[in-house]
Amino acid sequence: MNDEIAFLAATALAIARALPVTLLLALAGALGASLLAALLVAAHQTRALRPLARAWIFVFRGTPLLLQMAMVYYGLGALDAVRHGPLWPLLREPLVCAWLALACCCSAYIAEVLRAALAAVPRGQIEAALACGMNRRTRLIRVIVPQLVRLALPAYGNELVMLVKSTSLASTITVVDVTGVAQLVIAHSYRTIEVFCLAAAVYLALTAALTAALRLIERRLAQGALP
Amino acid sequence: MDDNLPIITLLGFGPQGWGLALLAGAGLTVAVALAAMVLGMVLGAALATVQGLRVPVLARAAAIYGVVLRGVPELLVVLLLYFGTPGLLAALAGLFGLPPPESPPAFLTGCVAIGLVSAAYQAEVFRGGLLAVPRGQIEAAMAAGMTPWTRFRRVIAPQVLHHVLPPLGNIWQFNLKDSALVSITGLAELMRVSLVAAGSTRRPFVFFVAAMALYLLLTTASSALLHRAETRSRRWAGGQ
Repeated sequence: MNDEIAFLAATALAIARALPVTLLLALAGALGASLLAALLVAAHQTRALRPLARAWIFVFRGTPLLLQMAMVYYGLGALDAVRHGPLWPLLREPLVCAWLALACCCSAYIAEVLRAALAAVPRGQIEAALACGMNRRTRLIRVIVPQLVRLALPAYGNELVMLVKSTSLASTITVVDVTGVAQLVIAHSYRTIEVFCLAAAVYLALTAALTAALRLIERRLAQGALP
Repeated sequence: MDDNLPIITLLGFGPQGWGLALLAGAGLTVAVALAAMVLGMVLGAALATVQGLRVPVLARAAAIYGVVLRGVPELLVVLLLYFGTPGLLAALAGLFGLPPPESPPAFLTGCVAIGLVSAAYQAEVFRGGLLAVPRGQIEAAMAAGMTPWTRFRRVIAPQVLHHVLPPLGNIWQFNLKDSALVSITGLAELMRVSLVAAGSTRRPFVFFVAAMALYLLLTTASSALLHRAETRSRRWAGGQ
């Protein structure tokens, strides 16, 4: 019995030490994915760049993230152009590769969310803003973005929850995150169920906290909205 | 082994080509996703029904199932089932004084893992679909003396189908991509085959591009099929 408690405590400590890696990956991934998604939506609005944005979204939404991570970590590293390129010191790091794949993959999903929200902003409001003589910038900041945020937030939140869960795939390319540590502990102890359940509880707490925070923001933003 | 085989030989169907293995892997990917979809549909419909019943304990349990399975990474579910079930089965057999059974095949654990996650998402879809059927229609069907089965077949199903097909199509696409996670159990589906081919030829870029192309083919083909099914299901939707 004491053995069991000591083992669980040691495992919990090991998982807690790996938590910053998972959090960093999730945070940097969310930031990178959101920025990329905004760029994709902007590119989608121009005639010249639209095919590029479409192709990006098609490829990253149509293939598994696990394959994308393997592609960045093992696939790109096998190319001479990358191996001798200036970015090699970065692309050699599994954490950077995991971040890159995560940001690219999630950007495609978030871009679709933003695009749908943009299409849902009533046309008449943009025309009204034009009629008031607002310039492009003012129109964007005062009319489009405030509504876009409100319309996109629920679906955007879902994508963020997906992103947090997807960070666990980084363990397949040797990143020692929460899932990676769990697998290491199991390799030593052969106690599968307890360890995986502990790791699962960590992810569950993260996603639950994120969902609660998003709901709070949604309620805040709903104040002053038209019914 | 020759390190500089042309790509056409590597991906071809000759003795040194991996074409056939990749195609077989793609077939297994579809099989895993399909089995998981069916399992998820049965379990998801059951969960949605239970949540609609007025039995608080069962409804609460179904809700908790949904929160947990949608909040935990799919990879952990696959790992837990693959590494966890042999020990669990042995413990169970030990209780009855039986010798430990053989570990279940990777295909089965993979399908069950993806199916359990899929069920949590499908339950939400079915719940939304059931709510979309106007209460009055069900009451009218009862008043007309329809049996529960006829009511389901002629009043509920046609309307729910029209509502749930698009989100179910999304879940299918996720199943297809999640099936790649089953590669960690060693099952030779598309992801696994591409990893093995990449390792043994030391040409990972070529094989990952090929695997990506095959996944894109699967997702595009199924979205085209789903689109057709959606257009057809609209026939029964009463001119919407």
